[in-house]
Amino acid sequence: MTTTTPLAKAAAGTADYLDQRTNIGVLVKNFARKLFPDHWSFLLGEIALFSFVVLLGSGVFLTMFFVPSMTEVHYDGPWAPMHGVQMSEAFASTLRLSFEVRGGLLMRQIHHWAALLFMASIVTHMMRVFFTGAFRKPREINWIVGFILLILGLAAGFTGYSLPDDVLSGNGLRITDGVVKSIPIIGSYLSYFVFGGEFPGTDIIPRLFTLHILVVPGLILALIGLHLFLVVLHKHTQYPGSGRTDGNVVGFPLFPVYTAKAGGFAFIVFGVITLMAATMQINPVWNYGPYDPSPVSAGAQPDWYMLFLEGSLRLMPGQTEFVIGGYTLSLNVLIPAMVVPGLLFTVLGAWPFVEAYATGDKREHHVLDRPRNAPVRTASGVAILTAFFILVLAGSNDLLATHFHLSINDITWTFRVLLFVAPVVAFWVTKRICLGLQRRDRDLVLHGHESATIVRLEHGEYIEIHKPLDEHELWLRVNYEARRPVEIEPAEDSRGVRRKGYRADRIRRRISQFFYEDRIEPVSAEELAASRAHAAEHHAHLDGTGKHDAALPAGEQETVASEH
Amino acid sequence: MSTNEHAGHPELVVHHAPEGVSDPGHPPHQPRIGDTDPRAAKRSERIVAALFGLSAIGSILVVVAFFVFPPGESVASIQRSNMFLGLGLAFAFAGIGFAAVHWAKSIMNDREQSEDRHPQRSSDEDRAGAVAELKAGAEDSGIARRSALKGGLITALALLPLPVAIPLIGNVGADWKVSKFRHTMWKAGTKLVTDPAGRPIRAADVTIGSVVHVIPEGLNHEDLSADQHFMDEKAKAVVLLVRLDERDLKHTEGTYHGIVAYSKICTHVGCPVALYEQQTHHLLCPCHQSTFDVADGAKVVFGPAKRALPQLPITVDDEGYLIATADFSEPIGPSFWERVK
Repeated sequence: MTTTTPLAKAAAGTADYLDQRTNIGVLVKNFARKLFPDHWSFLLGEIALFSFVVLLGSGVFLTMFFVPSMTEVHYDGPWAPMHGVQMSEAFASTLRLSFEVRGGLLMRQIHHWAALLFMASIVTHMMRVFFTGAFRKPREINWIVGFILLILGLAAGFTGYSLPDDVLSGNGLRITDGVVKSIPIIGSYLSYFVFGGEFPGTDIIPRLFTLHILVVPGLILALIGLHLFLVVLHKHTQYPGSGRTDGNVVGFPLFPVYTAKAGGFAFIVFGVITLMAATMQINPVWNYGPYDPSPVSAGAQPDWYMLFLEGSLRLMPGQTEFVIGGYTLSLNVLIPAMVVPGLLFTVLGAWPFVEAYATGDKREHHVLDRPRNAPVRTASGVAILTAFFILVLAGSNDLLATHFHLSINDITWTFRVLLFVAPVVAFWVTKRICLGLQRRDRDLVLHGHESATIVRLEHGEYIEIHKPLDEHELWLRVNYEARRPVEIEPAEDSRGVRRKGYRADRIRRRISQFFYEDRIEPVSAEELAASRAHAAEHHAHLDGTGKHDAALPAGEQETVASEH
Repeated sequence: MSTNEHAGHPELVVHHAPEGVSDPGHPPHQPRIGDTDPRAAKRSERIVAALFGLSAIGSILVVVAFFVFPPGESVASIQRSNMFLGLGLAFAFAGIGFAAVHWAKSIMNDREQSEDRHPQRSSDEDRAGAVAELKAGAEDSGIARRSALKGGLITALALLPLPVAIPLIGNVGADWKVSKFRHTMWKAGTKLVTDPAGRPIRAADVTIGSVVHVIPEGLNHEDLSADQHFMDEKAKAVVLLVRLDERDLKHTEGTYHGIVAYSKICTHVGCPVALYEQQTHHLLCPCHQSTFDVADGAKVVFGPAKRALPQLPITVDDEGYLIATADFSEPIGPSFWERVK
């Protein structure tokens, strides 16, 4: 192939220059047409990635003007209501960003909206991975990487939220101080460690600034690199369907389709965040005023991803603070602020390993589960989300009280009960729905789709014509694995000697039974053959009478009704 | 049910379906309108070009808005500036985005392709090779034979965090005098003054049912000594003063004719307890809804706090102004491990 245009010549020259020095040709050959499966739910992780890009870009802009200092100044900028008010340089520079820097308010709002979207997309992406079983071997490590990214995202949000040093964020820090102080033995010293002395001191804003713009984003960036490297190494998972197996990957090539789709989607995410920042006000700190330990506003809410902690703190009854041997154990703070998130994160982090233990499955999985085909996993996920959602609502219990004219005490008590009851109910209902959907799949495979066409046979029998599934749909509905509980060796060997490790095996069997005791087996070969024979019989009848469904007069279809 | 395996790879399962049903393979390609109708394809091309054009217009709008709409001095003016800059930038981004996606979906080849996966595990030969390389390296280093090397390396590395951690931890907590939590700047004779104006409060001027936000006299930048930090002191010393009908009070110690003063810092996690309900004499913390009964020693009646708000004992001086008779009798604010020690 010869190239003639000047542009093509220049490209060829550059490529040659680079390849002679980097061997990039091999890389391009191997990766340019790498296939990626397509599904809308795979975009959730992309939204997280692209919002992070927005955070970096807008964040760099903000650091040019923000002053991370708690030195007290008197405001003399253009915002009249704050004239002469004493405030930290951090708050004064935030006002300057809003009132004096052109585009500064836009960048602040872009940064804040992008942060909310970043956390929302991480959580929904994690839900997608969870409910489809994408965390199974070989992706357990990447689940952990993603899980750490979730925690780092929370850390980034928390450290950034406090920087403007307004009344809301200052009270947020004061709550943090209260939580830190509740930690047994070292709490007081940890509070000094964080604040550089007593609360609020003059160190916390510069310290949070360094964490927020260097340490946390640096770690996030590194882990995103690892996360994506592992995605490329493992090749992306794919949804089940005809032609897709654990041994192949079906999708579109990176160049040009994914370059255009993902690249384009990045710009759409940028655009949507910018549109939100242009039209929806967020964190108008000029209304709140600078931090002062005395005032507080009613109805204040933290950013959404912190609401569950706020709700958890609100629900805990105060009676659980104890003095033991002269030392104070504040379980009324420790449990909601440390134990509850600790439990949540432990369950999330450990899930792939618990499930692998319950299945005893050592194979690789690249085809995703339909959530119905893993009823206990799906039900557990919904139960966790239900508990999370109740804590989020509890974090807004004052707004619920004022908007719906309810008693705050009643709401709090209701949530206290619901926090324990609702996840159990959600688990049970979801599991039943999953099993029901699996039965529905069996039903469709064996009997086909209802066609709403009733036919009377020659000998007087009424039947409804069922349309058999096409081969692609049939494949989707039968090709899944109904996992069974693990079987263990008996407690005693042939000579009646109790064997070692039986106890551990029994625990494992119990866990496995919890997961897989209730299950719907896919249609067996015999059942399928029987149903096909049955269908063929009916067809023979219909053919004999010369009455195909399509041949029925319209009027007959409406008047004839029968149960079959 | 059978679980067929991928040729040669037991870890890659190909299907679980009943025997007699086989994978029908990829669904047939559904042609798009543009695949069969050249005019539709041309229309898609024009739409993509127009979307790129929209992006360019957005970019120009941002530049224009930058000069035409300065942020100004009012909320309305900063919001106007924000909206024009933002809408321009949103179009500049989204134009490119929608153009590229529409291009990919309507014009680029949309036939799905398939390629093989291979298990992650290295082959046995590769593993053996890796182990051999590591063994050879370890042999070259001599670490297995010379145990002093191992001990020295571990000792040196184990101690290395100390010279970094000790100065860091030693410094970040400043003087580490956590006993400061126990005292505030209130002492016998300190006048109660209003926050933030600093006016002394005459007992006779406080009407029944009224609430006054109070700080100690001398809590301002001019009067504080060099080792006192304004914010730290204020964070501990803020007080809420309420006057009740004296008959409603269950305890009168430290009160003055129905006037009571309590620390404003919640004993839960430290928010200012600022909402007073006159009818019930309840103080509510807006952060986590701990509720305190002012008529009954500010005891907790609801919510996540355990302890009553510490009381500031008060009286009046010769001129009738409210003064403290002592500091709080216990540390204010949230609990900590050694609080009652």
